[in-house]
Amino acid sequence: MSKLKTQSLHKRESALANSKRQLEILSNGIFKSGELPTFKDKISETNQFPLKAKKLEILQINVGYMCNQVCEHCHVDAGPDRQEIMTRETMLQCLEVIKSTGAHTLDLTGGAPEMNPNFRWFVEEASKVGIKDFIVRSNLTIIRANKKYHDLPDFFKKYNVHVVSSMPHWTRGKTDKQRGDGVFDKSIKALQELNAVGYGMPNSNLRLDLVYNPSGAFLPSNQASMEKDFKKVLKEDFGIQFHNLFALTNLPISRFLDYLIASENYEDYMYQLVDAYNPAAVSNVMCTNTLSVSWDGFLYDCDFNQMLELPVNSKAKHISEYNKDLLEGRNIVISQHCYGCTAGAGSSCQGSVA
Amino acid sequence: MSKTYYNPADLRKFGNITEWSEELGNKFFEYYGKVFEEGALTAREKSLIALAVAHTEQCPYCIDAYTKDSLQRGVTKEEMMEAIHVGAAIKSGATLVHGVQMMNKVNKLDG
Ligand code: SF4
Ligand code: SF4
Repeated sequence: MSKLKTQSLHKRESALANSKRQLEILSNGIFKSGELPTFKDKISETNQFPLKAKKLEILQINVGYMCNQVCEHCHVDAGPDRQEIMTRETMLQCLEVIKSTGAHTLDLTGGAPEMNPNFRWFVEEASKVGIKDFIVRSNLTIIRANKKYHDLPDFFKKYNVHVVSSMPHWTRGKTDKQRGDGVFDKSIKALQELNAVGYGMPNSNLRLDLVYNPSGAFLPSNQASMEKDFKKVLKEDFGIQFHNLFALTNLPISRFLDYLIASENYEDYMYQLVDAYNPAAVSNVMCTNTLSVSWDGFLYDCDFNQMLELPVNSKAKHISEYNKDLLEGRNIVISQHCYGCTAGAGSSCQGSVA
Repeated sequence: MSKTYYNPADLRKFGNITEWSEELGNKFFEYYGKVFEEGALTAREKSLIALAVAHTEQCPYCIDAYTKDSLQRGVTKEEMMEAIHVGAAIKSGATLVHGVQMMNKVNKLDG
């Protein structure tokens, strides 16, 4: 990838900071070497249009776009210059929904979720409502970023939080290129600290999973064999253990879209996604059992639609208006970026789906 | 020169070769697919072998395809370049070892 930028698209006042501009680019799929079929037509071939939301199982809450990193591929366009932060009031509204729906998974994401000043309070409160799987998407370096975060491994352990962390590669060069200088060493240190309190050990209940997403304009390969390679090298070189590796496809939005266009890979990447389209992955795309809540409480089918400002197709548009009857069975809002979820073995926040 | 003999977009059309000879084309792709499955060698090792051979064969399509395939499998650029050197060493060794045949012939004809 090109030299790492240190500011979000928003701060740089890039045209792509505007989600409308991104959607325009995505829908204009006429390329030099042919025309890109629409995702809608593609899923219609197997009678899977419209995609419908099933029972709510996973509430994914984006507690803010602030982050200590500015990764090249970030689909949130997060960074230290982003100020959007979820309030306690909105968090309380989310807790109400979890209680009333019995969603079994709570998935906290950001930015760096730990940077929200109400983060610890929220984890404490949320741990009381009987969630089966309580995920925090931690970027690892935050644990080393500042003294006030050094105790995070113990804090996570106390509330039996399931830690899911990005790790683009087992080599320093590739990791730092995607996520910034020094990220690899800090991530290794953070993983060792998580291991030290019991996270990631083979028989431990303290779940530690890693997320792999490609460092450039190519798709992830087989999740199981990547996991084997990651486990071997991290164990041999650094004594690190973890449970599962989730291989994620980069969706062509936000900073990854910016990179694809700047590196003249956009057209080829879209074809890669379409060529790898797997109809079997469609029924399990994550939007079918997930709701994504933005920092200001609005509802989206997924984190990607949130970033593209494509709200749920329902009268209930805000977490304070959550209504099972209005939201279950709703038609999911799709666009060309959805090809990213159905390429190859499929891709969701929990890794492959097919 | 805007047009060359090779067009990168043609790689995506590789599968079309079955259109003019379905049986043979399908048999080739079936064989090809089997060769690259995980076996005694990992798919990652096979990708590196393919990358090295793509260079000795100097096939631009294969170079593009197996560079991407290697990246997808987490192969680093250092590993890729080393694989190419292995291909290059064998290629140059194979050229030079034929020098023995040349020497034999010289000795016979002009010894
Ligand atoms: S750590 Fe995550 S949220 Fe932060 S910039 Fe990187 S990808 Fe984005
Ligand atoms: S991008 Fe979002 S809406 Fe589209 S298929 Fe993926 S999860 Fe569903």
